[in-house]
Amino acid sequence: MSITVYVSGDSSAISIGANRTAAAVVKEAAQRGIDINLVRNGSRGMYWLEPLVEVVVNNERVAYGAVNPSDVASLFDADFLNGNAHALLLGATEEIPYFKKQQRLTFARVGITDPVSLEDYIAHDGYLGLKNAIGMSQADVVKHVTDSGLRGRGGAAFPTGIKWNTVLNTPSEQKYIICNADEGDSGTFSDRMIMEGDPFVLIEGMTIAGLAVGANQGFIYLRVEYPHAHKALNAAIAKAYEAGYLGDNIQGSGKKFDLEVRLGAGAYVCGEETSLMESLEGKRGLVRFKPPLPAISGLFGQPTVVNNVISLASVPVILDKGGDYYRDFGMGRSRGTLPLQLAGNLKHTGLVEIAFGLTLRELLYDFGGGSATGRPIKAVQVGGPLGAFVPESQFDTPLDYEAFAANWTVLGHGGVVAFDDTMNMAEMARYAMEFCAIESCGKCTPCRIGSTRGIEVMDDIINNVDREKNIVLLRSLCDTLLNGSLCALGGMTPYPVLSALNHFPEDFGVDA
Amino acid sequence: MTESTITETVQTIIAELKDKQGALLPILHGVQDALGYIPSDSVPAIAAALNLSRAEVHGVISFYHYFRDTPPGKRTVHLCRAESCQSMGSNALEAHVKTKLGIDYHETTADGQFSLEPVYCLGNCACSPAMQIGEEIYGRVSADAFDDIINDLGA
Repeated sequence: MSITVYVSGDSSAISIGANRTAAAVVKEAAQRGIDINLVRNGSRGMYWLEPLVEVVVNNERVAYGAVNPSDVASLFDADFLNGNAHALLLGATEEIPYFKKQQRLTFARVGITDPVSLEDYIAHDGYLGLKNAIGMSQADVVKHVTDSGLRGRGGAAFPTGIKWNTVLNTPSEQKYIICNADEGDSGTFSDRMIMEGDPFVLIEGMTIAGLAVGANQGFIYLRVEYPHAHKALNAAIAKAYEAGYLGDNIQGSGKKFDLEVRLGAGAYVCGEETSLMESLEGKRGLVRFKPPLPAISGLFGQPTVVNNVISLASVPVILDKGGDYYRDFGMGRSRGTLPLQLAGNLKHTGLVEIAFGLTLRELLYDFGGGSATGRPIKAVQVGGPLGAFVPESQFDTPLDYEAFAANWTVLGHGGVVAFDDTMNMAEMARYAMEFCAIESCGKCTPCRIGSTRGIEVMDDIINNVDREKNIVLLRSLCDTLLNGSLCALGGMTPYPVLSALNHFPEDFGVDA
Repeated sequence: MTESTITETVQTIIAELKDKQGALLPILHGVQDALGYIPSDSVPAIAAALNLSRAEVHGVISFYHYFRDTPPGKRTVHLCRAESCQSMGSNALEAHVKTKLGIDYHETTADGQFSLEPVYCLGNCACSPAMQIGEEIYGRVSADAFDDIINDLGA
């Protein structure tokens, strides 16, 4: 019997050599006449240990990492296929503290299964949620999602069940489910990890959403920067069709649900749901006025659910184990778990799925291990390029939507980017304005013009041209952007700009 | 590729995709995948097939950063400029890349080997700084690693 060896096929692991390591393992095994079965799993999300190599010993996965091609011969010499000692031995994967301390609900299978094997998915509790949903009324499916307390994981944190209920109760011949997979926020990669590491969970979540609200067509709007996710999704969708999990008669229920991946084209603003729908309709990604809400008049004017990847991928476990099970995790009005992404200047970057309520400090130091450079962490930007810079004095804030909002910060999509004390925050504020100018859709004036004026004002501040006067101007400009923009791109660019100014005035050359 | 094969390729892609809902982006992707760019000569045919004006098609092409209307170099380097990469030294890497290739963003080397484009996040933020060449994604890219990659790609 062949021995199964796991080497991640996740694109981030590949970016640091997982393909070369996998090839070296296969070659070395062949040379030694050892029969192995290589599985390219998703990543466990411990990127400082990638390329991670795992083998099954006594029904338990044992890990070695980080394994470079030059280490492979010595691994075979040490008989790693039986879990024997080696300098790179990490022990049982699930006993590694970073992993063990997590609560993986949405990411339950990522790193464990072969991502594009339907058999593997089903063997690991896949499609149990759909099975339950098929046996329920539409209203009951929606009720489970409402009861779970799930809020939109894309960043806006709107209750998912309420959105679904609106679409369910809006009569129409045609409704749509859209998965927003335009994960453009810097410092975020949880959507990518799910789509590459467990694409079936997203397909199942969208199918349940379709049955629940009476939509028979789904679109995954995927950013073009994710070619690996594109391949994994298309492979999984083809298998789901073959096995009757998509198509005209989902598992004999008589219900129809079709699903297609559509690619974006490098426009950040298309992560905004109305701009996304314009893009899906084949137009420039201009933001629409709201109302009407997409749930009432969305794609092609029809009632449409637009949910983030993680929101939809959390639905199967909710329908499998019940809304109450999911709601029992978390704190306050932030229920369930949040997949956090540790990025930038941290020693232990990666994915941490855990119940709401952990503090930012615990996340940065207990999980993240402090900065990669060994210098003090000056600030962290939470929630992507439109998120505020959080100074050390606020690191004890619990990860909770309301607690973050109280500090004028946002949790967003759960991306956490750490900066050490060599970063100049005035430069980061300038970059925030520049990013807004590059990505603005151009529909509203505050964002289109204000961002460019913002770059000019920041340049003057940085170059000490009428600095005091320009600080006043910058605040006034931010006020206009904040209150006068049509969507969050212009409306939230002041978050990084003003948080940088308020917490690090010395970088702007002014006194606190 | 001759002008007549370009026209033929574009027509084949249009015929295959024009009946999809919201067909314009899939068609533009199809053309760019096949040709490396979207020739301005192809705009009238695309517009006619979708009952759009040429201005509307041009407007969509110019709106999206990814679409281009000029031929790229043999390989396009997409260098990430976003915050996570900046926190790990991408500004210095960016300066090195521009010097090494001798071009700025949106330009192509004189020998036609490399084009350089900025990108705002590749989702590789756990391994910053990052870049993409073709479908290959690279992480923890140092100046030396960049030189090795470029040399291996046969500059």
